[in-house]
Amino acid sequence: MIQLTVNGKTRRFDGDPEMPLLWFLRDELQLTGTRFGCGMGLCGACTVHVNGSATRSCLTPMSAAAGRNITTIEGLAAGGEHPLQKAWKACNVPQCGYCQSGQIMQAAALLLSRPKPTDKDIDEAMRGNICRCGTYQRIRQAIKLAAGVKS
Amino acid sequence: MIEITSVSRRNFLGRFFSAGAFIVAARLAPTSSAHAQQAATAGDAKIWQPSVYLGIEPDGSVLIVAHRSEMGTGARTCLPMIVADELEADWGRVRVVQAVGDVKYGSQNTDGSCSVRDFYDAMRAAGAAARTTLEHAAAGKWGVPEEECHGRQHFVVHDRTGRRLSYGELVPLASTATAPNQNAVRFKTPAEFRYIGRDVPIVDLDDLVTGKGVFGIDARMPGMVYASIERPPVLGSTLKTYDDAGAKQVRGVRQVVVIEPAQPPYGFKALGGVAVVADNSWAAMKGRQGLKVEWNPSEHATYDSAAYKQSLLETARRPGQVARELGDVDAEFARGGKVIEASYYTPMLAHAPMEPPAAVAEFKDGKVVTWAATQNPQAVQDTVAKALGISRDDVTCHVTLLGGGFGRKSKPDYVAEAALLSRQVGRPVKIVWSREDDVQFDYFHSPAGLYLKAAVNEKGLPTAWLQRSVFPPIAMQNNPDEQYGGFQLSMGWTDIPYPIPNLRVENGPARAHVRIGWLRSVANIYHAFGVQSFTDELAAVAGRDRVEYLLDLIGPPRVIDFGKEGLRQGGRNNPKYPFDTARLRHVIELAARQSGWASRKPGAGRALGIAAHRSFLTYVATVVEVEVSDKGEVRIPRVDIALDAGRVINPERVKAQFEGAAVFGTSIALMGEITAAGGRIQQSNFSDYPVARINQAPLVTNVHIVNSDAAPAGVGEPGVPPMAPAICNAIFAATGKRIRELPVKKQLA
Repeated sequence: MIQLTVNGKTRRFDGDPEMPLLWFLRDELQLTGTRFGCGMGLCGACTVHVNGSATRSCLTPMSAAAGRNITTIEGLAAGGEHPLQKAWKACNVPQCGYCQSGQIMQAAALLLSRPKPTDKDIDEAMRGNICRCGTYQRIRQAIKLAAGVKS
Repeated sequence: MIEITSVSRRNFLGRFFSAGAFIVAARLAPTSSAHAQQAATAGDAKIWQPSVYLGIEPDGSVLIVAHRSEMGTGARTCLPMIVADELEADWGRVRVVQAVGDVKYGSQNTDGSCSVRDFYDAMRAAGAAARTTLEHAAAGKWGVPEEECHGRQHFVVHDRTGRRLSYGELVPLASTATAPNQNAVRFKTPAEFRYIGRDVPIVDLDDLVTGKGVFGIDARMPGMVYASIERPPVLGSTLKTYDDAGAKQVRGVRQVVVIEPAQPPYGFKALGGVAVVADNSWAAMKGRQGLKVEWNPSEHATYDSAAYKQSLLETARRPGQVARELGDVDAEFARGGKVIEASYYTPMLAHAPMEPPAAVAEFKDGKVVTWAATQNPQAVQDTVAKALGISRDDVTCHVTLLGGGFGRKSKPDYVAEAALLSRQVGRPVKIVWSREDDVQFDYFHSPAGLYLKAAVNEKGLPTAWLQRSVFPPIAMQNNPDEQYGGFQLSMGWTDIPYPIPNLRVENGPARAHVRIGWLRSVANIYHAFGVQSFTDELAAVAGRDRVEYLLDLIGPPRVIDFGKEGLRQGGRNNPKYPFDTARLRHVIELAARQSGWASRKPGAGRALGIAAHRSFLTYVATVVEVEVSDKGEVRIPRVDIALDAGRVINPERVKAQFEGAAVFGTSIALMGEITAAGGRIQQSNFSDYPVARINQAPLVTNVHIVNSDAAPAGVGEPGVPPMAPAICNAIFAATGKRIRELPVKKQLA
């Protein structure tokens, strides 16, 4: 039996310990805001926070998630009021929106370690998150807006 | 008219969809569908539905039907904006509801950049007719002339007395009123537009930043199981044997079933294969790895991209079918002046939307209900019906949000898979393609070989121009032996706008060995690359400024009537959309001015390039600045795009589309390439099929929209075609190296 905390709630899992956290979140807990994009940690759509660090849930087996504190987009901030979520709306970032949960979770982790990120910091932190619609310019703008950094 | 009742306080399908949006879709479903019957028994207050696109509830809620799919273009917001504007609805009291697939809405095939241009008039009519009826109802109640009554922000107001009645209050009266005849409908003047032409945030914005948006991959049905399919690795392969012992050992795997491999023509058919059905996505995928499958050989095992590329380029050097001819090209070439020629190549591409193909379907009592990420729910109805041998009316297709589409999700083979499997296993089945499935079993963008040749005069301007393109056509979907381009030739090829007295446009044959499909801007990608690269080559030979040369080549402002030559223009002939070279010239001048073309002289390894192209009836000019490092790496600090798309509904979303197109075009130019060996696709994921990331995408893209009253044109695709040639023209200016084959990849190293 694996026990973990997801968005503040204790959860248990007694299935295949190799199952990636992504599918536990999506199929078992119906937290579908965390998205599948590649299954190999190449695109960042599945990014969640594991003990506060941005992590690819598609590569995190349940055995490795045991005892950890998981935050998904659904649990990032009450009412969707995280400064990044507000900035994302102010900049009208999403097009299709599919990857944006992962983008926001990645950016939230960035701001924890670098509250005033430079363009280079943003490139380094966000290059693992693909947006096929091509919203990168606005993602950069929204991160700077949330961080209070000049564009 | 279908009588629909309010179920807005009910919860359709339990917790599966809590938002009102999807509920009303069910209410507007054909009466044959299970969900419509469910809704019909709900029985709250009466809604007034003056059009298939529109309903008003007695509490004043306005429901506007989005009948086109939302894949990121903003169609789900922009079409309802048009209805709401003419209706004089308060946008804050509008709920957008997604339509199921139903022919009553007209075409729902959300591709070809035509949602606004094909439905602008219909959306205005729906809103204006409803407002006229409300004004009529209020005038009747007050006993005053109709002309004195005007709909304003959810009320009909009597101008003279200031009396007013809310739209909700008027619903019972309006419901029994006769709809105004077409001539009596009072339309707004453009000066009166309230939403059209304004920046309005998309209706799904909150959901998309909180993870609540429901995509195909997120849809659920009670009791559903999950499937993963091992498909024929080479097109046309049939199943020889399979061993599912390993699969069945995986915990959570329920059963292994076979879908018969598809036979040509492939159309939108399920490809077939061996499916592992399981309790969750992971078990299905892991179980599939335990399958041992052998396939019979296919004729397409001969497909090898290196050899195929050579054959395309060689075919392009031989005479082909003439698609357009003016004057006598051969005689002009024979005169012995200066002749320039070049070959170009562009590779196969995969769509790779971030959400891979995904759907859930249930076959029950001879009928199918599906929730699918689809660009074309009516094609879902047809495809599923055909696959299962049932009537299209017995297929209900609910449309979810799409995590990108780019043309891939117009082809509902994956929905047919889910429906076929559901019939076999007796439960709802969710199908989610892995990224590997998506990359390897796509409907690929054609590889293309191009050949261009021009004779130039003493000023360096062409007196004769020959262009020939060769690519396996989309028509292979219906006829596997088709080798000519058909409608794809009108996409930036026969509609070349240069007034050259001797001009010949040709197309050579190429047979397809994989499924070919349309990808964002389709044949315009290679045609624009050929024409705009060659134009830049001629300008270089002439030693001319690129912008001035391009304008000289386009010639003085005029309207070109391709119909007179018996040609389709830009994909379709429509008198509302003549090819007006003044508009093309204008966007070039605007892009040049806004980019500082004349004054900006970047330093070593940095330069600007330009390309201009009209597609989907929109005129676009793109100026790209590139920076090429000593190691041959290309960065794009800045892009300036000028566009004339006629009347623009939501400028902010149009800008977003062109910003996105700049990134999509960057992927095509710098890194995108799918290849085959032995008939199998060699790429599998974003590791070997890279797409542009934040550090590779243009740093800044400035979008300049021409203010226009002309009929609305496309915006989803037209930004893509000029990107690759503009980038490569800039690379030439920066380095002297001419890129004639895409992608650039390591060519500069």
